[in-house]
This record gives sequence, structure tokens and C-alpha cells, in this order.
Amino acid sequence: MAQSTNSEVEALAGREYEHGFITDVEEERIPKGLSEDTVRLISAKKDEPEWLLEWRLKAYRRFLQMLAEDNEPTWANVDYPPIDYQDMYYYAAPKARDELDSLDEVDPEIRATYDKLGIPIAEQERLAGVKIAVDAVFDSVSVATTYKEELNKQGIIFGSFSDAVKEHPELVRKYLGSVVPYSDNFFTALNSAVFSDGSFAYIPKGVRCPMELSTYFRINANETGQFERTLIIAEDSSYVSYLEGCTAPMRDENQLHAAVVELVALDDAEIKYSTVQNWYPGDKDGKGGIYNFVTKRGACRGKRSKISWTQVETGSAITWKYPSCILQGDDSVGEFYSVALTNNKQQADTGTKMIHIGKNTTSTIISKGISAGRGQQSYRGLVRIGPKAHGARNYSQCDSLLLGDECGAHTFPYLEVKNANSTVEHEATTSKISEDQLFYCMQRGLSEEDAISMIVNGFCKEVLRELPMEFAVEAQNLLGVSLEGAVG
Amino acid sequence: MSSLLDANERFVALADAIAARDAHPGDAITSLRETGRAAFAERGLPHTRLEEWRYTNLAPLSGLSLEPPSEDGRIDRSLLESLATPVFACGLAVFINGRPQEALGGLPAGDVSLTSLRDADPGTAGRLVDVKQHPLAALSAATTEDGIVVQIPAGVALEHPVHLVFVSSSPDAPSVSSPRVVIEAGAGSRAVVIQDHVSVAGGHAHFTNAVTEVHAGANSDLQLAVIQREDDADIHASNVAVHQERDSRFASHVITLGGRLVRNDLNVVLAGSGAECTMNGLYLGTGDRLIDNHTLVDHAVPHCTSHELYKGVLADDSRGVFRGRVVVRPDAQKTDATQQNPNLLLSDGTEIDTKPQLEIYADDVKCSHGSAIGRIDEEALFYMRARGIGQRDARALLTRGFAAEILATLPGEALAEALTADFVARMTGGTGA
Repeated sequence: MAQSTNSEVEALAGREYEHGFITDVEEERIPKGLSEDTVRLISAKKDEPEWLLEWRLKAYRRFLQMLAEDNEPTWANVDYPPIDYQDMYYYAAPKARDELDSLDEVDPEIRATYDKLGIPIAEQERLAGVKIAVDAVFDSVSVATTYKEELNKQGIIFGSFSDAVKEHPELVRKYLGSVVPYSDNFFTALNSAVFSDGSFAYIPKGVRCPMELSTYFRINANETGQFERTLIIAEDSSYVSYLEGCTAPMRDENQLHAAVVELVALDDAEIKYSTVQNWYPGDKDGKGGIYNFVTKRGACRGKRSKISWTQVETGSAITWKYPSCILQGDDSVGEFYSVALTNNKQQADTGTKMIHIGKNTTSTIISKGISAGRGQQSYRGLVRIGPKAHGARNYSQCDSLLLGDECGAHTFPYLEVKNANSTVEHEATTSKISEDQLFYCMQRGLSEEDAISMIVNGFCKEVLRELPMEFAVEAQNLLGVSLEGAVG
Repeated sequence: MSSLLDANERFVALADAIAARDAHPGDAITSLRETGRAAFAERGLPHTRLEEWRYTNLAPLSGLSLEPPSEDGRIDRSLLESLATPVFACGLAVFINGRPQEALGGLPAGDVSLTSLRDADPGTAGRLVDVKQHPLAALSAATTEDGIVVQIPAGVALEHPVHLVFVSSSPDAPSVSSPRVVIEAGAGSRAVVIQDHVSVAGGHAHFTNAVTEVHAGANSDLQLAVIQREDDADIHASNVAVHQERDSRFASHVITLGGRLVRNDLNVVLAGSGAECTMNGLYLGTGDRLIDNHTLVDHAVPHCTSHELYKGVLADDSRGVFRGRVVVRPDAQKTDATQQNPNLLLSDGTEIDTKPQLEIYADDVKCSHGSAIGRIDEEALFYMRARGIGQRDARALLTRGFAAEILATLPGEALAEALTADFVARMTGGTGA
């Protein structure tokens, strides 16, 4: 995709941000605290059907029960003060930002970061909240319309979750909670009770989605709030590539983000889901920052279906995230490619689960962890080969790179194999950045920071090349920026 | 759950019965029993909701109504030699159901000192194992009858291995024995200790709950082989705790060939810089046996090395569990740690749950771990069959080759040969191939 159309679409999406949420902005916040009334109020505001309200209420009761039984997960290798679930807004409209007249008014430090990431000017303006030039908006309207028409023509449904509930309730009802039930864990119960919005995509039989569903979503993601819900359904022989998140640093008022993502791939379908997450990680002393507690799971229901997760996690104070694949269909394929970076006092406990149920299912796990400063990084993964998953195959590789003598890197892989004709391999290494490599680069005139950034990018190459093209470059720069101050 | 609670009460009563049977206030055993009983009464048997016990259900143990160990007069020297082949002439100590049998042992002469725990100073045992962390070690301490203290004086290199044979026998009712071994390797000493667990066939299930504490002095070189080849009805728990001083070299070999339910805990603390640790293990699962190996190596100081290789062969409906933890503390720079857990699954009913785990808090380290689970290589099988070797023999040969990497590292040729033969016999008997 050409860079110019890309930035135009982004500019358009920016326009949507300005106007699309106006009704929300005018709405009042639901007061702090969680109660049945909160759940009913959220549901009423979204004008939801009765069955969805019932589902939310069931989730809410389950959450209360888990809260009473002290079922908040504590097994992760992360440390944070207890969360007061009553001291939160469960439905807060996005804050209207003060608009700036030009980029010159933006904090120079933030601008410098944008430049390093290589973010196009138009998108910089949008991110910084600068009024977008009128012609750019006009230009992109046509582009967006073309995109929408193109998607519609092929029967692809793509839009916000709320719209999908209104326009395609039968699809939502059929698949909602079918991969991640509301009772799955503490945070899914919370999310299911109070989720505000999210995205919905449906790819009909035999359709190959002609574009990355990323450009749209880049904007959606940032404002849907802390409890978002995504549902993607790929019918037989369809293909979709989906990208969420943003490389630009995002400041956010909400401390707790508990999102749920569900993917369903039917016969011969393929879903590629890429994430770049760079939320506010807190300051150097670990003050503030986002808690990113996300449940992501894909079901390869159909034969020969494939789900591929790629993630670049550089933000958030705490990451608790295990994108998983349930390989039900025979010959289905699951993939997980991850780069997680922790600097300063960030903590990440992330990994994947590959549940092999069908015959001849294969999965690949490539996880690269980089720990700097006082960051703590854990890979936690499960590979389970069921008794009937004959001929299943898994390969896992988890490498950690340590920068600095106060950081940590940990690996917790669980391998459970219940039949004898499967093959499972797991490898992990931990080491520090090689002095020889550093010396070699610096001797050729690179600064220490550039040299480290280059070596880190080389370390992550296997994962970065899985990212959609237009994001790979930004992600590379992002790693460099996130490591700033780690050396010295 | 209720059965577990019942079992806890029964086991506490059992500990009290053993303590009442021969009370010697003030000695090393009494203090061990008291701390063990207190810890066990508080926590009881572990359940599968605990991370450390996630894959190992102790129901076969909690279902047993155990009696204090009894004497079995049928065991003579020839029976002993048939069970514990090869029996080494030097430094042999024999225990039947956890009690020393001086008539059979022939306590050795020479440089090593073997003392009954009863005669040792109070506080000799129990220094390395935290009974609050290890519930079965707590139970072992509470029900211990006796133990042995092996002291290798500083600077002494033993020519022959010290052979400790533990025979269990439950002719009348299921019974328990909880032997304790304390090894103190003096500075600059060198020794091989073989801890051999066997049982007399027939009779009832026996629960052996052994605890071994190893103090490896500065620059000492110690090899410990723990061999478990008890009857298929028996339950075995083993807790080996090792504390290594500066520049010491310690190697453990844990060979599990028998037992219905076996749980091994091996915890090594590398407490002095330059210490080296090798942990080798081989487990063979046949029938519906469960073998669980939990290891922890704690790199507490810089410049230490640890190498771990545990290999598993699982046949029939057996289950294997492996959890290897490597912890590198914040100051333990220049650590070199490797860990491998390959598993060979021979039939479809088997299950393996493995969790190789690294926790690293220092940056200038080299750590790696790997785990592999697979079946016999079809191509290797084809190669052999094409050369006229039958399916059954070819499989046996390949499996033996897989195990040889561990068996060959055992100290002493006689032991390696005897265990290889035992391994092959049990494996071919088990697969029914």
C-alpha cells in the first residue's frame, strides 16, 4: 500500500475521531463503581437487545463471585498493588482534547519521538490533536468511501462492535463468548460485564480481504476505552489480516485495560492478527502506566484453518497477555510471534497457549524478550497435545536478551503431551548483548545507542518480518526509542 | 478432599506412634521428628492445586493406611545381593525399612566414617531442607526411624564408592520408612555415594520417603547416584538437598526404574563461587506408573556452572512429570547454566508434562534450556530393519541408545552395566512390543 493513501486514510480516520464520537463526548460519565445498575446503564446507553444484557449480567454475577472467592489471578510473575474495582469509571466518554493550531505547539519532546518513529506528518497532527487541514479531510473522504464500497461489495462486514450488535445480531449472538466464555477468567468476566465497544469483522466464504483491516482500526483502538471487545469471524476459505494498536506513545487516563479478543477460523480460513502496543509505561520510577490485562484467543474450528498472532509489546507498566490458539480442526495451524520489551520498571508476563485437539495440527512459537533497566520479563506458555491429536507438531523458541544488571528474564513453559506420535520441541536461551558485536558496530562509527538498537532489531528479526510491511519499519524504530536511556 | 484430610490425620497419628515406640529425648532424631511433625500437622499432604504438585496426585498414597515399619527377618546376604547388584565390598551400609542392619552391612574401614543418626550430634540433620516448603520431607522427618551420616574427611579421596542399600519390605501390611542420609564432604575430598533403593517382591505396598542432605565442602568432588528400582506397587518420595561451597563439584544421577508413584525433589544451592553442578536423570515409565522429577538449582553467587540433563522413556500408560527450575540471583554474574529434558514416548497411552523454567535476575549470564518430546525415529528404525534387525529388537536398541547417554555417566562400570541390563529388561518387559 502506498504511503500517501495510507496517511490519507489515517487522516480520515482522524476526522472520524473528531466527529464520530461527538455524541459520546456529550454524554455524562457513569459514576464511579461497579454494580448491576452500571451494567444495565451501559447496556441501555448502547441500546442493546435483551439477550446481550442478560449475558452481561451473568458475567457480572460471575465476576462478583470470583471477587468474593478472591479469584483474581496472582500466578503471573508481576507485582502491583491491589486494584480497587469500585474506584473506577466503567463507562467514560473519551475526553475532548484541547485542539492545537499547528504542530509547532506540540511538546518538542513528543515531536522528536514522532520523528524517530517515522510517523507521517498527517498522522502526527492527528495524534497530537492538531486541527486537520480541510483539504486533507475532503481528499480522504473519497478514499474511505472507496474502501468501504470495496469491502461491502465483497460482503465483508467491518465496523464497531456496537454497530454489529445492531446490524448483525445473529452473527454476534452466535459467536460472542464462544471462544472466550465470560467465565474464562477474572478479567474476562469483568470485560464481558462492562465492555464498552470494540471491533467486529466478518469475512464471508471464499473472500480474501483485499486490504489490511489495520488502517481503519488504528484510530478506533485508541478511543474505545479500557474494556474493548473484538470478534473476528473468517468463513470457509477466507483470509483476513488485522492490525491493532499504534506505534505512537499513547497517554491514557485509564490504568486498567482488560480487553477480550475472539477469533474464529472455519475450514481453510486464515486470520493474521498483528498487535503493536505502546501504551504509557509509567515513568522511570514505575509511577503510573497502564495495566494491560488482555485475553486473546483464536479457535481454528475448521480443517486446515490457520491463526497467526504477531505482537510487539513495548508499552504498558504491566502486561498480562497470552494470545492463544485452539487447534480443533484437523491439519490446522497456530502461530505466535512475539517481541516484548521491558525498560525502567516495566513488567511483562506474556506468552501463548497452543491447544492441539485435531489430527496433524502444527504450531510455532517464536518469542523474543528484551529486558533493560529494571524491567522484568516473563515468557509463559502452554503447549498441550491432546490424546487424539495424532501427528501433532510444535516448535517453540524463546530467547531473552538482557541489557543492564538490574533486569530479569524468566521462562515458564508448560508442555503437556498425551500421545506418542507427536513431536514437541522447546528451546530457550538467555544472554546479554555481546560485547564483541557492540565493539564491532561502534568501531565502524555507530553510536552505542544505534549499535544496540541495530543488534536488538537483528535479535527480533524473525518476529518483525511477520508484521505487515507498513508497520515493520515503525516497529523497528519503536524498539530503538523504547530502549533509550537503557545504556549508559 | 476429605480423604486427604483423613490421610493427614492418619499420618500424624502414625508419626506419633513411631515417636512413642522408641523415644530418645534430646537426640538428633527426636528434634528432627518434632519439627517435621509440627510442619506436617500444619500443612498436610500437598494437593494438585499447588503449582509444585499440579500434575502429581497423591491419591495412591493418601489411600494407604500405613503401619510403622516392621522387621523382616527373611532378608539375608544372598537375597540382598540379588536385589542390589552389584554390591560393593567397600563402605556398604544396609537398611531394612529405614533401620540399619549392621549384620548385613559390614560397616567399612578406612577413611570414611559412617555413623548412625542416633549417635550424631543433635542438629546434624534437617539443616538443608525447609520442611515448611516440602510437605513430604516434613512427613519424612516426622516418621524417621534412623539415618546415616557419611563423613568424608578433608583431603581424602575414597577409592571405592560408599554403597547405601535401602531395602523395603511390607509382608503383612502397607508400611512406611523414612530414611535420612546426611553426607558431609570435607574440603578437598573426593567420593562416590550410591543410594540404592530396592524392595522385596510380594506383600503390600511400601512407602519410602527418603531425605538426603549433602554438604559439599570447598573444592570437594562428590558424585551421588540415587537409584530407585522398587516393586511396582511401591511409592517412593525422595528429597535431595545440596549445599555447595566454593569450587566444589557435585554430580547427581537419579535413575528411576521402579515404583508405582515416584516423586523426586532435587534442590541444589550453589553458595560458593566456582562451584559446578551436574544433574543427570533417567526415568523409565511402564504400566500405569507416574514418575515426577522436580529440580531446582539456585545460582546464588557469581561464577558458577550447572548442567542438567534428564531423559525420560515412557511406555504403556505411564506418565512422566518434569519441572526444572534454574534461578540466577541478582549478583550471580558469569553464570553458565544449561538444562535439557528430552522424552521418548513409546506408546499412545503415555503422557508427559514438562516445564523447564528459567528465572534470571542477572545480565552477564549464559543460560539455555530445551525440552523435546517425540517418538522413535522412523528412519533409524527403517535403517535397522533394512539390515535384518527385527522391529522389537530395533526399538529396544534405539531406546537403549537414548538412555545410554545417562547410564554411561554413572560412576563405575559395574554399576552402569548392571543398571543398563535392568533398564533393558524392564523396558522390553513393559512395552510388550
